[in-house]
Amino acid sequence: MDETIKKQLQKTAVHIRMGVLTGTFHAKSGHPGGSLSIADLLAYLYFAKMHVDPKAPDMDDRDRLVLSKGHTAPALYAALAERGFFDKKELESLRHIGALLQGHPCIHIPGVDMSSGSLGQGISAACGMALAGKLDSKPYHVYTILGDGEIEEGQVWEAAMFAAHYGLDNLTAIVDNNGLQIDGRITEVCSPEPIDEKFRAFGWYVIVLEDAHDFDQIDAAFREAESVTGQPVAIIQKSIKGKGVSFMEDQVGWHGTAPNAEQYEQGMNELRAALAQLEA
Amino acid sequence: MADVKKKATRESYGEALTALAEKYPELVVLDADLAAATKTGIFKKAYPDRFFDCGIAEANMMGVAAGLAASGKIPFASTFAMFAAGRAYEIVRNSIGYPGLNVKIGATHAGISVGEDGATHQCNEDIALMRTIPGMTVIVPADDTEARAAVEAAIQHQGPVYMRFGRLAAPILNDPATYKFELGKGITLRDGKDITIVATGLMVAEAVAAAETLASEGIDARVINIHTIKPLDDELILKAAKETGRIVTVEEHSVIGGLGSAVADCVTAGCPVPVTKIGVNDVFGHSGPAVDLLKEFGLSAENIVATVKRVLGK
Repeated sequence: MDETIKKQLQKTAVHIRMGVLTGTFHAKSGHPGGSLSIADLLAYLYFAKMHVDPKAPDMDDRDRLVLSKGHTAPALYAALAERGFFDKKELESLRHIGALLQGHPCIHIPGVDMSSGSLGQGISAACGMALAGKLDSKPYHVYTILGDGEIEEGQVWEAAMFAAHYGLDNLTAIVDNNGLQIDGRITEVCSPEPIDEKFRAFGWYVIVLEDAHDFDQIDAAFREAESVTGQPVAIIQKSIKGKGVSFMEDQVGWHGTAPNAEQYEQGMNELRAALAQLEA
Repeated sequence: MADVKKKATRESYGEALTALAEKYPELVVLDADLAAATKTGIFKKAYPDRFFDCGIAEANMMGVAAGLAASGKIPFASTFAMFAAGRAYEIVRNSIGYPGLNVKIGATHAGISVGEDGATHQCNEDIALMRTIPGMTVIVPADDTEARAAVEAAIQHQGPVYMRFGRLAAPILNDPATYKFELGKGITLRDGKDITIVATGLMVAEAVAAAETLASEGIDARVINIHTIKPLDDELILKAAKETGRIVTVEEHSVIGGLGSAVADCVTAGCPVPVTKIGVNDVFGHSGPAVDLLKEFGLSAENIVATVKRVLGK
């Protein structure tokens, strides 16, 4: 990947992480852990991959993204704000009464393609969007991001079966495999592993992305995905929950806890330092 | 009523979809391995490229319908009422209702008249479940004519619609040449001053028959067909409450949360009069021929007559 673009994406990812902390800190609630683990993915999709226009968020031929793991809305909102779909100030009123930004994604927010948050449902809607694209021979691509805990929902596998049956090669599902869910490690709660073999068995083309925080690897995975025809693609991205904020990394407790003022400051300082290093 | 033509509204549904396909190019149909029973198989045969079987996976079907609607299609998601409103309730609420997507749900085999399949498939709760979802329109057609018109009205309405169809052949009451379906507007089938019978779906024909019997016994009963349970025609119900003073509701559904509850909510707020509900009285059904079950559960003209007389103290 071009070094200039990569550096820009790395900076964008830091800004998204800052947005995650800002949103959850001001909301005094929300889900920072799984938001931070998809920050690089969202930076890549919204700044290097997806055909979207912040001035025309509903344009017909736009690429779509359904955040099936809807509780990580702070990351989606931060990415959308960064991309210019709405003012970054909105992040400070996340989850407040009367605010634009609801606790989970809502289709009426500019740039949000589908309401989601009840786990297992987003991938089905993404299948519907991909099918509509096929029916009308539209050029758009549909992305959906799932949690590794989320795929314990049976509906995910109904959708997986459907997508393969109808050959939805305009659909890419990214499983954010950070290994943690609310009650603990996914392998200890009720293991969904092996994730790659399951998707393969359901008829998907599977790509395992070993480091979801390395843009060269992300880029390679999506380039490989692009070359696939006749079947949907699942990218299993190995990520670190809480990535980028030292005390949150790989800590189950940060699944659904907001930082207090002190933690917020510490986290922001770490991210400012990361940004300064990238800008040096 | 031996000379009256009959047709199951599920069949009207499948035929209407097929008949309207050319006029509405965005219309697509989904089913969950029940196309032969829901009668979407008729559409599938005529328009195979616009029909998508989702297999036995109703939750995903509702989500796929949501995604299709979010991309400009007008999807009709079809399965039995039990699975559409029951199994898939939360997907209908969160993926269709909350985003307000333009999905039409065609739910067949509703109510006790499913018959021999028994309690697991006799959905007497769907109206209650669906009417609690904000923005959801709930339609229960009474006959073939009304069902066909309802399908087109659903297409023309922007937003989610739940349509309830039956398995059992229903008498055709309405003349297609003169019938007019207006979403949210009840139809007064017979005027009367002593009492009002408000019925929906399969029970409309029973209510009409009951009113005829009552007339021969000197009781002047008004009969209102409520095909749209949500939004309810408050004006028509309140007028009837004011003018007749008593209401009996009849539905092939639980007495909890359905037509009777909607009517009671309406008159409680606007013109409190006694409302007596005829429906399934908080019990599960069981196997048996549909016609016998309807009698057993009091979903008959005879029971409507007896109930009206009891209410009026005659």
